[in-house]
This record gives sequence, C-alpha cells and structure tokens, in this order.
Amino acid sequence: MTYIARPRLHHPTLVRNKVGYTRRDYEGKISTLCAGCGHDSISAAIVQACWELDIEPHRVAKLSGIGCSSKTPDYFLGASHGFNTVHGRMPSVLTGANLANRDLLYLGVSGDGDSASIGLGQFAHAMRRGVRMVYIVENNGVYGLTKGQFSATADRGSKSKKGVVNADAPVDLIGMALQLGATYVARGFSGDKAQLVPLIEGAIGHGGAAFIDVISPCVAFNNHAGSTRSYDYVREHNDAVNRIDFIDLAPEVTAEPGAGEVITVPQPDGTMMRLRKLHTDYDPTDRVRAMDHVQAHQARGEIVTGLLYVDSHATDLHEGLNTVKRPLNALTEADLCPGAAALAKVNASLR
Amino acid sequence: MRPTDVDDPGYFHKVVDCQWACPAHTPVPEYIRLIAQGRYDDAYMVNWVSNVFPGVLGRTCDRPCEPACRRGRVEEQNTAKPEPVAICRLKRVAADFKGDDMRARLPRAPAKNGKRVACIGAGPASLTVARDLASQGYAVTVFDGEQKAGGFIRTQIPRFRLPESVIDEECGYILNLGVEFRGGQRVDSMSALLAEPWDAVFVGCGAPRGRDLDIPGRREAAADIHIGIDWLASVSFGHVSSVKKRVIVLGGGNTAMDCCRSARRLGADEVRVVVRSGYEEMKASPWEKEDAMHEGIPIINYHVPKAFLHENGTLTGMVFEIVKAVYDDQGRRSLVPTGEADVTIPCDEVLIAVGQENSFPWIERDCGIAFDRWGLPELDAKTFQSTVPKVFFGGDAAFGPKNIITAVAHGHEAAVSIDRFLHDEPIAKRPPPHVNLVSQKMGIHEWSYHNAVSNDLRSKVPWAAAQKALASIKVEVELGFDPVTALKEAERCLNCDVQTVFTEKQCIECDACVDICPMDCITFTDNGEEEDLRARLKAPATNAEQALYVSGPLKTSRIMVKDEDVCLHCGLCAERCPTGAWDMQKFLLQTTQAGPACRDGKPGTVRVVNAA
Repeated sequence: MTYIARPRLHHPTLVRNKVGYTRRDYEGKISTLCAGCGHDSISAAIVQACWELDIEPHRVAKLSGIGCSSKTPDYFLGASHGFNTVHGRMPSVLTGANLANRDLLYLGVSGDGDSASIGLGQFAHAMRRGVRMVYIVENNGVYGLTKGQFSATADRGSKSKKGVVNADAPVDLIGMALQLGATYVARGFSGDKAQLVPLIEGAIGHGGAAFIDVISPCVAFNNHAGSTRSYDYVREHNDAVNRIDFIDLAPEVTAEPGAGEVITVPQPDGTMMRLRKLHTDYDPTDRVRAMDHVQAHQARGEIVTGLLYVDSHATDLHEGLNTVKRPLNALTEADLCPGAAALAKVNASLR
Repeated sequence: MRPTDVDDPGYFHKVVDCQWACPAHTPVPEYIRLIAQGRYDDAYMVNWVSNVFPGVLGRTCDRPCEPACRRGRVEEQNTAKPEPVAICRLKRVAADFKGDDMRARLPRAPAKNGKRVACIGAGPASLTVARDLASQGYAVTVFDGEQKAGGFIRTQIPRFRLPESVIDEECGYILNLGVEFRGGQRVDSMSALLAEPWDAVFVGCGAPRGRDLDIPGRREAAADIHIGIDWLASVSFGHVSSVKKRVIVLGGGNTAMDCCRSARRLGADEVRVVVRSGYEEMKASPWEKEDAMHEGIPIINYHVPKAFLHENGTLTGMVFEIVKAVYDDQGRRSLVPTGEADVTIPCDEVLIAVGQENSFPWIERDCGIAFDRWGLPELDAKTFQSTVPKVFFGGDAAFGPKNIITAVAHGHEAAVSIDRFLHDEPIAKRPPPHVNLVSQKMGIHEWSYHNAVSNDLRSKVPWAAAQKALASIKVEVELGFDPVTALKEAERCLNCDVQTVFTEKQCIECDACVDICPMDCITFTDNGEEEDLRARLKAPATNAEQALYVSGPLKTSRIMVKDEDVCLHCGLCAERCPTGAWDMQKFLLQTTQAGPACRDGKPGTVRVVNAA
C-alpha cells in the first residue's frame, strides 16, 4: 500500500469525455493492496472503460463480497454507489438491487474465494437467472488475505510459494458460466489492458449476465515458478482467441483485417461490436463449441483468453419476470395504488 | 530508440530543469529541501559554493531557473495561472535567516602557493575568480576604480532592491579569504599590467558604456538627458539625489526598470517608460515590468524616439513616431510606422537606457589580445582564454552584457582554466562534474525526501507599504518570505533531482507504475523511432525539449518509456513497484571548481567543500 494520496495534478493533455469527466474523475481512493497486485490493474481497466463509454459515475452500482478483490471497488469509481456484502453473497444483493432499480449499471466484483468457494451457489444462480450485470472475478488462485493458501480455482499440480503441490481439482468458473447460461463470457489478464478494457466495455454494453474471469497474479503469494497464475506463466500460456477491435464501429485505426477474420456482433443499444478473430476456426457465438474449445485447451495447460462466448440476443431477469419497466423508486402512489377499478379487474381475472 | 544511458551525468542533470538552466548549475532542489527543514545555514552554503552571492542573487537574479521550473508545466491545465516555484526568493530566505556564525563555516585563507593573479574590476565575475583561487592558496589582487568592491552589483542596482549591507557582507566573505583589494585604483594600461610579474590576469571589467541616442536636440538639451547606467551609479553614490518632476525613461530592459523606479523615489511625479518594441518583447524580466507598473509607472510601447524638444537648452518634451510590429515569412520582426501623427510627450528629464556596450580603451591593441569586429575579445568559449595565454576574460567583458549569475558561472570556469594553466595542464580539457546518485529509500514506503506533492499556488512576496517604499530610495521594497511562507513555497518544489531510476531486469511488467502514475508518464510498448513513440504513449509527449527515458527490451520484448516532461517525482511508481525495478535516487551534481579536483590527479590544497 501507499501512504500518500495520489496527487490531484494531472497531465495537461487529459481530456474530458462526453459527460464532462476526465479519466481521473473515475478513480477512487488510493489502493491499500500490495504493490504490483494485478487487481489494481483491473481497477485501472474499469476506470478506463467507464471513461471511454461516457458513463456517469452516479449511474453505477458496484457490489462486492469479501477478499482482496472485493476491496477494490473502493479504489475506482469513487462517485458511484457501493455495497460491500457478506462473504460470497454479492450475487444475491446485486440481484435484489437490480430488481429494485433496473436503470443502474451493476458491477459485481468478486474473487476466486468469494465466488468459487463460499459463494459458489450464489454465483451459479445469478448466472442462471440472467441478471443484467458485469460480473468480474479477479482470479489469482490463492487466498491472499490469509497469506496464500490455494483457492478453489488453483490448478491441480500447481505449487504454492512454500512448495506444496495442489491435489484438488479446480473449479472452472468459465465452464460453469457457459453451462449455467451466462450470455457474455470472457477471460482476460490483468497484465494485458489492451485486451481487458474492450472486454469490460463489451460486458457493460451487454444486455444480460456478463461474466469476465480475469487472471490477476498475486505478487505476494502466487507469482513464483510452479504457479499457474504468475505473470510469466500466464504470458507463456496465454492463447487469445480474438480481440475486440472497437465498439460502436468508431473510425478504424488498425489495418482492415482480411475477410472472414472479423465478425460484427450487435449490442442491445443498437451499436455494433467488431471482433477480430485470432483463431479463424473459433466462433464465439456457438456456446457448445466454445465450451469444447476452452476445455480442450485447458487440458493442454493453455489459458484461453478473449471473448469466449456472446449471445447478442440475450434476455435478462426482468424480461423473464415481466417486471415493471421503471425502477421501483420512480413509481408514484398512482402507479402503486391504481384504485378500485384496477382491483376489481384483477379480482375478476381470478374468478 | 536506444536505451537511455543514465550513466551519462548529462541525462539526469537535464531532468533537474532548474539546475540545468542555471548558468552556475546551482543544485536548487537540494537547497530548497534544506530551507524546508529550517537548515538555512546549510542552504546558504550550498548556494555560496555554487553561486557565491546568495543574498544578492536572492534579490536580483535574472532567474533563468524559474521559466525552466517543472512546476510551471505541471500546473498547466491544473490551475488558472501556472507558476514556477519562487526559487529566487527562496534563495533570499536562506540568506535572510542564516545564523550569525556564517564566517566560521567559510574556508580560511590557506598557505600561499606562490602564484599571483590579478583581477581587473571587482564585479561578480572577478570576485568569483578571486574566491575560487584565493581559497586554493593563490595570491589574488583585485583592482577596481571604485572604493568598494561589487562592481555592477554596487553601482547599478538601486538600493531599494538590494541593500548595501548585503553587498558589503558577501563581498566581504571573499575579500576575507586573503584577497588583496585595491579600491580606487583603475587599471589604465594592459601593457603596463602585463609587464608586472602576474602569473595570470583575469579581466572582469563588465560592459561599462551605456548606449546613447543620437537624435535632434540631444546635444542642446544635454543637461537634462542622462545615460541610464551612469545616472544609476551617480544615484548609488549619492551624487544625484533629486530629479525633475516629469521624467521619461527610454528603453525596455531591466536597467530602464531600475531607472524609472529610482526616478519615482527621487521625487518625480510623472515617470513614463517609453519603448520602441511591444510590451511582450521588452527585454526586462516580466516581474520587473510588473513591479514598475505596480508603482504606478506606465509603459508606453511602439513609440520610436524622434527628437528632444527644448527651449534654450532646457528640455521640454520628446517627439515619438508610432510604429507597429510586422513579421515577414521567416518570422523576423520589423517596426513599421503606422502613419499616425507623431506624439509629443512633455518632460523635464530623460534617462536613456537602450543598452550597454563593451569598452576596453585601456587595453592597447598591440598588447597581443585580439578583438573581433564587435570590439569583443577573441576568446575560447569554454576556457575564457584570450589570445594572450595568461589573460582570461569573464562576465559582461567576455561576450557582452548578460547578468550576474552568468558572470559567476564565467568566473568559476575561468578560475578552473587559470588553476590548470598554472599547473601546466591543458586547459581545453575540462574537469567532469562531481556526481552522486543515491537511493532515497528508507523503508517500504518511506523516502528520505517529502514525496507528497503540494497543491499550493505560488506565494507572493510581501512588499513594504507603497507610501514608505516610494518615500526613500534606500527602503527595500520586497520584504522577503517569512519562515512559514518559505516552508509553504519550498513544499511546492517537486524534488526533480530525486530521479526515477528504472532497472529493466527487475521488471515483471505488472503495470502497477502505469496505473498509479498521476501524470500518465509511463508506458510499456513496442519500440520505435522517437517521433513515433512520442505520439503513441499513454499521454502524448509533445515537449520535445524533454527527454524520453527508454529501457532495453523487457521479457515481453516491449520497452518501458517514461516521458520526463511533467513527472511529479512523487515516487508513486517506486512505491507501487513490487520488485524494486523503480527506485527514487537523489542525483546531486556539483560542477568542479578550481582546486585539486579540477586537475589531473596532482595533490594540492583542499578545495571548497560543500558542508551540507
């Protein structure tokens, strides 16, 4: 951690976005995590994505559970709503909040302990229900706050800092999310913001349950030889299936890729997301093949990253429940007490 | 780009913008930190070693350091009026609050080494040579036409800007080193001097001739028309103690500013400064213009003097032609008449401050010293040696009128030349600076400097009440910072000498430094040519004057690029670095002065050592 506050001075060329904020306005308090923690890079990526998408900070609710990762919402979007839940219970609280006010952008930030151990059931049901949210797991494979025991996502055979070999099979959050019906599933790496920021932007624009598993090395307890979550290991075994080139078809900056290498995916708000394929045979709109591909590469010890699956016609919990279109706090007395005539109509329908 | 060679002392020196810009390369952040700690004596010594006249310069320096100061750049787009640290006035703080026992810390005159050096003129250049050499055992004799030492400092800077006690004190420190001062003894012949047994001669006689203005009426009204620098000297010595009611000062330099403010204090009701050029192009320092206007003196620009008006030899006014600035394709300016009717400004007295010239009537043209077509001595630009090997020049006498701090810098270099010359060492070979680079890490997040960046704006120096200040030419106008304000101002210093040093083999490319840097200085990217790199950093590096710090290839074959331009030196990159690839290291550069350190390894007397 750092003792001094981040100076408020900024680069003279720092620009404001459409809603009048600079990137620095999306920051939070100074991080108290260990120096070099991957989680801080993820926070920076969230800041960058929110700034680029012109999101008003007060229209964001960030929710988290317990753990190093769950501390991070304090370190970004300082002007947004925040809720630090009981360990592993972030998905339920987020679901409730979303039902109450469907207009906010929900950012669920969790870790491998919070989501794959104590909160595994919560995780599963939030995905099943298709809650519209950006669910980010900052996945480092260890319990950092309790000094580096293996977490539930640690690979079998990986070595702890003390040299102990992990004998348990890992919980595969990507596989589970795909299986349970998440409609936007991606994996990123904290050490590659060029890939991560567009993944987060795509998730923010998505119309259903968006899940991003971000490999985030723990520099204090899981960045040694033998670990499968170290910077070196992830860089050596990273196999990106695609790159989100740009969102909303903004003027292209890179050379036009060849035919068949690019697919466009519509976003719910009418904009388009363009994906540049790095594996020509990989189709991110085919859920079953996506599961197959990820599993096959995982078996070879490779870490598949990129946008693994997207359903551009996703629906969310509100559609399934046919809820009112407005947030509950916007409903007036007239909406909530429609009068005797309305009651009579309801009663009549039940006769 | 090739990896930056940080072993080259020039690289980090250039990052310390103030020190780089200072002709004498005073380690500015070093003494500002000492001021913040209340160690005024130590701060004074750092200055004294480097610039010889801290009290004088703390009031009168041209401050090339301040326009260079990084603080001015980092405040851009952050505050309404970006301003550098008040470096010059902090220097004065060190002089104002130092203890009484300063003399005890200064070097004592050592045993004489048997060599005799003559210094012509007792201005800042000569006195610097005298100090550097006398403290090394040379027998130095300083000649000056005036009774007291100081030269330009004493004769032309008005007392309301620089009290005489400060001049006496700081000239005294030098003369006390066993320097022989022959006041009132003007050297009239270089040939005669060269015939005497001097081992070396240093000419620091300044640029003593003020330019005149040969326009109609000049001769007829001569009694009411004065050359600015001569008039200032007369005021300084008390020969002139009053002026007439309406005064026009011609010229836009600092001398003009001193003239108009002096005239105001000697009883003139209406003082006007009239300049040919536009206000912005005036040579005077911005703060001197502001100070004059603050005292109610208007500056009238784009007026070219055409004639002096007089009645029977008594000046009655001046006629000016009105011009405008026109720029050609190359951006060269010319002043073109606008065609408007000439303007007459009534006045009773005129001070001409339109420039100074060198003048060496006492140097016989057959004594071996060659002069160029502008009347300046032919010198080696680095060694200051003339065409007579044992004669050296410095200060305004060398390359024309500049300023005090430049004269001091010349003095140091000339003293090195003389020291090497008299030890039979080649003087073209210059000694490298003394450089030190030390980690400031004290603990996990503790540094031996105060790395929190202050958000305070520049503090204003308090002034004496206008009524009191304008009543007498001897009342000092600026009062200097008090210790509390000095601390506040010192905290604005970014400690640019505490360098961000990057060790590429330690880096794991976790991006922690990139994420934390408040100024977006750091980028990890693929290598490229400088122009290409500058455009695709996290924040564009548009200030080509400022270097890019480039590492060798890292594990991912990318490189680290840091734009030095607006780095706050807050050390957050080093605090967030998990492996110590970034470290904050204090870079202290001291130019090598005359003495054993400047020579090729021959033992000798002890040099002036920085006590801090």
